[in-house]
Amino acid sequence: AQTNSSRRPKEERRVRANDREYNEKFQYASNCIMTSKYNIITFLPVNLFEQFQEVANTYFLFLLILQLIPQISSLSWFTTIVPLALVLSITAVKDATDDYFRHKSDNQVNNRQSQVLIRGSLQNEKWMNVRVGDIIKLENNQFVAADLLLLSSSEPHGLCYIETAELDGETNMKVRQSVSVTSELGDPNNLASFDGEVVCEPPNNKLDRFCGTLYWRDKKYTLTNQNMLLRGCVLRNTEACYGLVIFAGPDTKLMQNSGRTKFKRTSIDRLMNTLVLWIFGFLVCMGVILAVGNAVWEREVGSLFQSYLPWDPPVDNFLFSAFLSFWSYVIILNTVVPISLYVSVEVIRLGHSYFINWDQQMFCSQCNTAAEARTTTLNEELGQVEYIFSDKTGTLTQNIMSFNKCSINGQTYGEVTDPLGPQPKRLDFTPFNPLADPDFCFYDDTLLESVKVGDLHTHEFFRLLSLCHTVMSEEKSEGELVYKAQSPDEGALVTAARNFGFVFRSRTPGTITTIEMGRPVTYTLLAILDFNNIRKRMSVIVRNPEGKIRLYCKGADTVLLERLHPCNHELMNITSDHLNEYAADGLRTLALAYRDLSEDEWEAWSASHRCADKATDCREDRLAAAYEQIEQDMMLLGATAIEDKLQEGVPETIAVLSLANIKIWVLTGDKQETAVNIGYSCKMLTDDMTEVFIISGHTVQSVRQELRSEHVNGTGGGEGKQLQCPPPPPPPPPPPPSNLMDNISGEFALIINGHSLAHALEADMETEFVSTACACKAVICCRVTPLQKAQVVELIKKHKKAVTLAIGDGANDVSMIKSAHIGVGISGQEGIQAVLASDYSFSQFRFLQRLLLVHGRWSYLRMCRFLCYFFYKNFAFTMVHFWFGFFCGFSAQTVYDQYFITLYNIVYTSLPVLAMGIFDQDVPDQRSLEYPKLYEPGQLNLLFNKKEFFICIAQGIYTSVVLFFVPYAVLSDATQSNGVPLADYQTFAVTTATALVIVVSVQITLDTGFWTVINHVFVWGSLGSYFTIMFALHSQTLFRIFPNQFHFVGSAQSTLLQPVVWLTIALATAICIVPVLAFRFLKLDLKPQLSDTVRYTQLVRQKKRKPGRLGARGGSRRSGYAFAHQEGFGELITSGKNMRLSSLALATFASRHSSSWIDTLRRKKHTHAHTPPTGAETAVKITYY
Amino acid sequence: MGKEKAKSGSLARRPDNSAFKQQRLPAWSPMLTANTVLPFFYFMSLICMLLGVWLLLTVQSTQEIKVDYTHAGECNVCFEIRKNMSNAGESCICTVEFSIEKPFKGDVFFYYGLQNFHQNLRRYMDSRDDAQMVGWKENLKNPSIYCEPFKKDQNGLPIAPCGAVANSIFNDSFTLTYIDSSGTEHKVPLLRRGITWYTDKNVKFRNPKVDNLTLAQVFEGTTKPLYWQKPVYELDPHQATNNGFINDDLIVWMREAAFPNFKKLYGILYRANKPFTKGLPAGNYKIEISYNFPVQYFRGRKQVVLTTLTWFGGQNHFLPIAYLVTSSLILLIAVVLTVVWLKFGKNGKNMEE
Repeated sequence: AQTNSSRRPKEERRVRANDREYNEKFQYASNCIMTSKYNIITFLPVNLFEQFQEVANTYFLFLLILQLIPQISSLSWFTTIVPLALVLSITAVKDATDDYFRHKSDNQVNNRQSQVLIRGSLQNEKWMNVRVGDIIKLENNQFVAADLLLLSSSEPHGLCYIETAELDGETNMKVRQSVSVTSELGDPNNLASFDGEVVCEPPNNKLDRFCGTLYWRDKKYTLTNQNMLLRGCVLRNTEACYGLVIFAGPDTKLMQNSGRTKFKRTSIDRLMNTLVLWIFGFLVCMGVILAVGNAVWEREVGSLFQSYLPWDPPVDNFLFSAFLSFWSYVIILNTVVPISLYVSVEVIRLGHSYFINWDQQMFCSQCNTAAEARTTTLNEELGQVEYIFSDKTGTLTQNIMSFNKCSINGQTYGEVTDPLGPQPKRLDFTPFNPLADPDFCFYDDTLLESVKVGDLHTHEFFRLLSLCHTVMSEEKSEGELVYKAQSPDEGALVTAARNFGFVFRSRTPGTITTIEMGRPVTYTLLAILDFNNIRKRMSVIVRNPEGKIRLYCKGADTVLLERLHPCNHELMNITSDHLNEYAADGLRTLALAYRDLSEDEWEAWSASHRCADKATDCREDRLAAAYEQIEQDMMLLGATAIEDKLQEGVPETIAVLSLANIKIWVLTGDKQETAVNIGYSCKMLTDDMTEVFIISGHTVQSVRQELRSEHVNGTGGGEGKQLQCPPPPPPPPPPPPSNLMDNISGEFALIINGHSLAHALEADMETEFVSTACACKAVICCRVTPLQKAQVVELIKKHKKAVTLAIGDGANDVSMIKSAHIGVGISGQEGIQAVLASDYSFSQFRFLQRLLLVHGRWSYLRMCRFLCYFFYKNFAFTMVHFWFGFFCGFSAQTVYDQYFITLYNIVYTSLPVLAMGIFDQDVPDQRSLEYPKLYEPGQLNLLFNKKEFFICIAQGIYTSVVLFFVPYAVLSDATQSNGVPLADYQTFAVTTATALVIVVSVQITLDTGFWTVINHVFVWGSLGSYFTIMFALHSQTLFRIFPNQFHFVGSAQSTLLQPVVWLTIALATAICIVPVLAFRFLKLDLKPQLSDTVRYTQLVRQKKRKPGRLGARGGSRRSGYAFAHQEGFGELITSGKNMRLSSLALATFASRHSSSWIDTLRRKKHTHAHTPPTGAETAVKITYY
Repeated sequence: MGKEKAKSGSLARRPDNSAFKQQRLPAWSPMLTANTVLPFFYFMSLICMLLGVWLLLTVQSTQEIKVDYTHAGECNVCFEIRKNMSNAGESCICTVEFSIEKPFKGDVFFYYGLQNFHQNLRRYMDSRDDAQMVGWKENLKNPSIYCEPFKKDQNGLPIAPCGAVANSIFNDSFTLTYIDSSGTEHKVPLLRRGITWYTDKNVKFRNPKVDNLTLAQVFEGTTKPLYWQKPVYELDPHQATNNGFINDDLIVWMREAAFPNFKKLYGILYRANKPFTKGLPAGNYKIEISYNFPVQYFRGRKQVVLTTLTWFGGQNHFLPIAYLVTSSLILLIAVVLTVVWLKFGKNGKNMEE
């Protein structure tokens, strides 16, 4: 085996324990990890190299180079280099900070201590000094330093327990076992002489797979994942263990998995890139036009003018001059795509992310987690979401299971008597049972009574619950038990038994110790017939202290009821009824049964079981058969019902989101019944629904047929059904078929099973599936695998061109989170895997409505307004040069001073638009939650699209025309009051620049809808800075030092003192602004958006309120908020007797929006009034309505 | 904030409840309502109207006369002479006559105007050395490369002032004569000072420091620009202080015009003596022109402009008319908006209430 060791280092890895020299030959990576990208020396070159890989930066570098050619240079080099340097350095600072934190965390991890076995003794070493082939010792609750082969452990059989939350997000403990030969090497001395050699696969990222072989003392032992401890896991419930380092540092599975996540771009980003390309095209066109102009001019006029201005030496004809002129104009006009666009967009997004992080209303005080925007590049996409794909467990539900009801021997317990009556008292178990879990809630005292009087069935019921499970218990101090359960259901059941006096205390591989009604009892555990998805049940066989052998079984009712003894028939019927009731309440049910076994039966079965266990082929099948054999003729004990608690505010959130036209699909691994139940309890499915389609076919044909029939029902037969809907839509539905589908979307729901989904996702059926599913209001996919979740998301992305959002909490949601446009992670109980893969994270599903309807909506609005204004102001600025070209012989003379060109985008006009992009609000946050329809413009992409872009551009060009021709017409003939003509270049430059700054400032004041102090400071500050900087640049002092750089000396004062100049600026401003104002007013008057109406109502109300509230103005803002709450619009609509103006204003809406949302609101209100509200629901309702 | 953190551990990571972080900064949200927009439009229209009328009245009180002399009358001879470069040294004087119907009251300004002369070409505008003209000695002897090809002459002597702008200086000179009704000729006295920006005369243009040297000595080692007849230190034979870079005509020329058709100030009527104390009386005038500047190469035209001024400058009809037009357009828009708002406005009726 050693001969080819050096030849095949890539395909396999060889590690010999305690032999550093041998292992060094292979040059395996050390355990030092480096996630940072740069160090001090490489930072500058590497970072610059990375930054210049961006097209925009390279483009500006190209411009810079162009400017260095004197024949072309129409602008000084600094007009480009200053903004470019600014942008590069801002990015560099950001990268450097990020990298600094990575360095810090790397250092922290690398310097963790671990105990390494060196020459027979344990020595403390830093993690980064651990090598492949070392044997290290781990103690309880320590992080595993590298991927280890478990050699031995302090626990019997070389077992050890690990928690893998950081690796795969699962919180339940897992067991690892060492190879039996090494498990005996208990103490360091033995281990020091261990010289086995491991041959295994090269590093890879498969978390659940490992294959290798251990060669030791001329024997081969197969190694599997069961023998491995992976880096990132934590050792639990195990005193100590020893492991051999197989993979270190970057080779570990953890690091191999932390690959770069796919970079997500928003649709605005893509649109922006397209537009920028178009603008480049436009720029080239302008350049060509001006170059042609130059050619003509040079031929007709310039050639005659040569005695005063000869052509530059390399220029010998007008064509060459035109060629140079083209490049000169490219330089001048490049400001239509200013470099600051990209930086500003980043800054705005960063600001929005901070607002998300800072939002108190998305802070969960129970789990002390604030919402977190983990990426800063997607915010405005949050305002455009059309599809939400949600996980169920842990996302819609809390993933906290509570023992809610049970049926014992045909008697049901746990029924809450009267929902409207007084809140039943929570049972207090402590006087009866000192070991009870104080957090356990149960309200029905008849069950406790039944336990106390010693009802045999009840005792047996709870005994079963205390014995039949795989929970591990940990007793931290006397009486303080902590259960570690594989699934929360199981934990809930064992806890219930514990509180009712059947306390599971501890277990060994062969025994289970319980305390039954205060009396310790130890059962001998004969066998565990474990749970799996096919069997859907588990059993234990125990021998009680009296020597009787009994099998206890719990499992899904469908499988368990088939295996009962016939004499249970009557009980079974009663219990089935109970089970149906429980299921209708959305509870998760299990049936319980037992069977007495005689000693002979047990012996016989035990032998067959052992035989099946030892079988090498088809072991699983044989075992299953053996289990099947004994789980027969059981006696029914009863059934349990566990409540999978919904998270707070889930139904309300779903209602609001669906009013916002967002379609919510639930993708869950749960079975159909549970999923449907949850669908009903979170109001996704309602009884008003015309029809709920269920697709559960197992074959392609049946799925296709089911889909077809429902498709026909949904669309073709839709005519008839539409009439049944409470608000009949306007008679002629809009022609496009997609709209038709949307219109009838109201009242259908689709439930599809995982195996049917697999067929539906096949290429030939997916369009059919998509069209049917999208016609439905609610879609629930059950029994889906993580991969299918991602496929569904991809399907919608592919067919619908809609923005998708995936929300989930577990490792099984990661694929979906990564493939959706936006991934949201619930930072709940289940690990952090989903959060790590997500773009946004928070701890409660209900925060989603705030994230989308408030933050997303605002982000989208702000980004759109920002872009519109940004393109406008740059076109207004740049196109003036184009018009001037016709007067200056197309010689690429700029209109403005070069300093003005340098500073315009980065100083004079940057901050006001940034302030608008960061702080603007059209309606207050509360309103956007009250009127979910306000979210619609984002979904329809109304605020910034190609049309809006062209309008902005047109407005910019119009402004540039005014800004050039008005000063031209006035100044060309005007003189100062002392007779000196005003038609000189510098006066013209100053006048135009001042007019420009004023016009764009007035425009931003029109665009800004929310004037905070910051906006005021920025707008006035920018204007102020313009005048200050201009006067400084035109001052004598600077001129005396650099006469050739500052030749505008004195222009500012001599120009701005002239009344004519100010009259010109005022005229230009009026001509630029008046049409804009008129159009906006007309639009507002004739086609008001919902947001305008809401805003207007708000304004009216404020005015009406003002006189009464004058005195109380300084009061707390919060109370003002609450006041606004009660006066919300929803109330106005539903009561219908309110202020005429608002209802009128709303009526205009109702008539315009085909899907009448008011009616929906009304209906919601209606249903709410009739459903008996629980405490939590009422509370939320007040805030919502 | 710190206190809060210490107070309760479970809320340690709770974001601050500051108005800024919660996006609840007190703010003003203006809205375009009919109550604000329509009055604003009417008000704007009124303001523009008043301004327009006022400006129009002001402009009406000014007077202006333009005399194109490119090849008017006897100047045609000079025009022909100037067509040939070789005659550049030859002087040519011609006279143009014109008459004023109404007297020009108050200060009268005398301009020369050029048409189709591009002072705003990029390379032309750059072709100057402000450091030289502010009197930096090193730039005097070694002008900026921007002056190419007017940086040095064939002998390698630096040109002062260098560059295309200075080289192409307008070098016609004018004598204005008033012929009164009796036929007597009065030479109209023109002030040739105070025709520049204050900053130009006092900051931007300086002669090199003179330490007991005459101007001619200071400029020794430099040569006059190619097209000049006199060196820079002899531009004004009458007044020694008006020579060198601070010569008013040079400064006026060096302030480049923004557009190809422009006028530049030549002189101001000196009103100390009769008959010019009240301005220019009505009657016949003649201008004696020393015709030096060739315009036929670039198909240009030359003219003389006489004008009176008001507080807002010379005769400028565009501004008042533009204001009046704007005013009426705004009024039109305002009326249309009002009608639309009253007739069709969706919430027009509501907004009144």
